[in-house]
Amino acid sequence: MKLRFWFLLPSRIWMVALFAAPFAIVLAYSFLTRGTYGGVEKPWTIEAYQRLADPLYLTILLRSFLMALAATVLCLVFAFPAALFISRATRHKNLYLQLVMLPFWTSFLVRTYAWLFLLRDTGLINMTLQSLGIIHAPLQLLYNDGAVLLGLVYGYLPFMVLPIYATLERMDPSLIEAAADLGARPIATLFRVIVPLSRPGIVAGSVLVFIPCLGAYLTPDLLGGGRTVLVGNLVQNQFTNARDWPFGSAVSMLLMALVTLLVWGLLRRESEQLG
Amino acid sequence: MKRWLAVYAVAFFAFLHLPLLTLSVFSFNSSRFTTWEHFSLDWYRAIFRDPQLIEATWNSVIVALVSTAISTVIGTLCAYGLWKRGSKLLTGSLYLSLVTPEIVTGVSLLALFQWSFRSMHWHLGLYTVVLAHVAFSISYVVIVISARLRTVSPSLEEAAMDLGANEWEAFFYVMLPALGPGIIAAALLVLTVSFDDFVITSMVAGVDSETLPMVIYAMARRGASPVINAISALVTVFFGILILISQQVREA
Repeated sequence: MKLRFWFLLPSRIWMVALFAAPFAIVLAYSFLTRGTYGGVEKPWTIEAYQRLADPLYLTILLRSFLMALAATVLCLVFAFPAALFISRATRHKNLYLQLVMLPFWTSFLVRTYAWLFLLRDTGLINMTLQSLGIIHAPLQLLYNDGAVLLGLVYGYLPFMVLPIYATLERMDPSLIEAAADLGARPIATLFRVIVPLSRPGIVAGSVLVFIPCLGAYLTPDLLGGGRTVLVGNLVQNQFTNARDWPFGSAVSMLLMALVTLLVWGLLRRESEQLG
Repeated sequence: MKRWLAVYAVAFFAFLHLPLLTLSVFSFNSSRFTTWEHFSLDWYRAIFRDPQLIEATWNSVIVALVSTAISTVIGTLCAYGLWKRGSKLLTGSLYLSLVTPEIVTGVSLLALFQWSFRSMHWHLGLYTVVLAHVAFSISYVVIVISARLRTVSPSLEEAAMDLGANEWEAFFYVMLPALGPGIIAAALLVLTVSFDDFVITSMVAGVDSETLPMVIYAMARRGASPVINAISALVTVFFGILILISQQVREA
């Protein structure tokens, strides 16, 4: 058993030095005062947390929450039929799964940039519509909330498909046959049998999409063009341009608390229901 | 319903893959505008003439290789140790590090480095990027290897010890070969995640240690350009080769 101690030692050291320690520092900074030239100074205060109640920041928090919620719902709506299709496929199932997994293996940055390329004023969509004579001036497709939402849905869609597919795959097909035998129409079977039974996958997928969307930084920055400020951009800005580390730390702590509570709460509820 | 699902699936896969495909096609367009002129490799030539891009790519490769090597070793040892006997605290913190929003990880590591540099004459550089990448990669490795370990029977190791191997020999000669494909899959996953990371890297990289995603991002902020299309296509092909390798490993 001595081996186990030495085997776990490097990861313990790394986690303490580069996960717990930075966390502790940010927690401490969130109770300090902003330094004159950036950085932090004493005295200890809860001023940074009081500033969170400012309507300006509450709006940003609410917007981030709604954006993440909208992205999660859209991912669910788009992913569910796709997962259903793959689980029902009789041939090429592996190919379809690989096609869903492929984005995991492609650069997230490049995939976000692809939408910048398609949506900009001189992008493919605007140029095509103009050459077809449908529009005469380019549509402002980029740098708004819609573009950010599209980027988030596109980026995290596979995270929703795979868990739902996993539960659909495990579902007993005789339950669906039973529903049909008892006279349920396909739509009724879908919403009253298949969807309720795939709940664990839906919950897992929603957590996997909602969490990164809540703290998203890259997508709103590139596709929102700085106009769509979400909580992730707020944190980044406080640590770089605004040089208000205590406030940036307080926002980080709030974000961490929300994410942890969400994961913990959902996992607990699910595990209770499963047994 | 089946037919509607199939029609939907075509649209779904098109949505998922057409953006990158069109991007790659237009990287071979001679015009810098989004109207097709004729085939050209000019934008690819432009990549190799840009010293900043070459240096950033080089930095990314070094960071990805070094942090993959370190995190794969640490993560494999950790997964094996946890398989022997669990540790709620360690597992909990690994999962917590996985769900921490990237930007929070980034700023907290920046705060740590700035704080520890106050008393020393060190600066942010490639090594701070490596430290950060290892920190977020360990949990990926542990998850992949742990999944593999669940399929390994403990009697394999017991048999080795009954036959006279000590703990270390049983690990090195029996368990490690059994984990081989899992270790390679974990390493490839971490390699791609590390090579692609922008958010955390941009917070902890020094002025002279820009990585490829940082340069792509800076160029994209100034607007789309055919050169980024070409880099994107190359990065996608590079990642594609990695998937093919990992698939071969999984089948082996």
